[in-house]
Amino acid sequence: MTLVSLLLVAAALIGIGLYGALSQQSFVMLMMGLELMLNGVMLAAVAFWALSGAGAPEGQLLTIVVMAVMAIEMAMGFALVVAVFRTNQADMTEALGELKH
Amino acid sequence: MQTSLFADAIFWVLAALAVFSGWRVFRTDSMVRASFFLLASFIAVGAIMLLLAAVYLGLAMLFMMAVEMMVMALFMVMFMMNPAGLNPMVMVHQHRLSIVAGGLAFAVLGALALFVEFPDRPLPAGLDPVASLGREMLGDSMLVFESAGIVLLATMIGVVVMSSHRGRFGAADQGSLPPGLEPGGVPAGPQPDAEGSGGHHHHCH
Repeated sequence: MTLVSLLLVAAALIGIGLYGALSQQSFVMLMMGLELMLNGVMLAAVAFWALSGAGAPEGQLLTIVVMAVMAIEMAMGFALVVAVFRTNQADMTEALGELKH
Repeated sequence: MQTSLFADAIFWVLAALAVFSGWRVFRTDSMVRASFFLLASFIAVGAIMLLLAAVYLGLAMLFMMAVEMMVMALFMVMFMMNPAGLNPMVMVHQHRLSIVAGGLAFAVLGALALFVEFPDRPLPAGLDPVASLGREMLGDSMLVFESAGIVLLATMIGVVVMSSHRGRFGAADQGSLPPGLEPGGVPAGPQPDAEGSGGHHHHCH
């Protein structure tokens, strides 16, 4: 369990999450990609805190902030899904063509 | 950090689980199953945090993600056309670009992890991670912590505003007309719908 191996796992999670966020057509799947990226970010933050930061408390605080970001992203994402679904019965990103002008 | 062979073995199993289930999220036909794969990935990362002595963060991660993924699975059932995975499903766009972008992100971050010299400063011996986090949150970084709380409150209000369609007594704009462009003129802007349109607003271009 070295810093390098932890960071590689985090990089893999961020890469998979980026792939999902860019490729998925469904809003909720897109949000899952974003969540996976934040998952990797939190893992990297904790890894740096434990193995490279000498336990500086700001490292843990950063992870708490990322968790708050995650909760906000989730709540706003679902509210947007509900709002879009109400107006044009859509759950796909392609259905939002009328935002183009 | 002194890690035993046993802890190392657990770490590799958890790491494999986190990456594998993260990958399966986008490869399964069922969206509900996808959210449970994501939950598995989060739980594995939370357990790795526990291995790294981040006790509070690891446990918070487990509890938070269990609830969050349940909500996500519920949303899948409510909104998605294929929640049970009865049909094979490929719903992707710009697939090649996404694969390249994801691979590139992994390559760049992985290269950083491999080739950058990070200082080797493990946790000090007598550190209590939970107490140190608590002292930081309610001490030097209280402004950050409180700001996060305020932002969460603002999010709650915004989410209710965005997702609520009508009040207890009907739509919020029921019976209201915008003022005219000149005194006594025709009301400006879109007219409120007639009764019984089912909540659809068709905006004409």
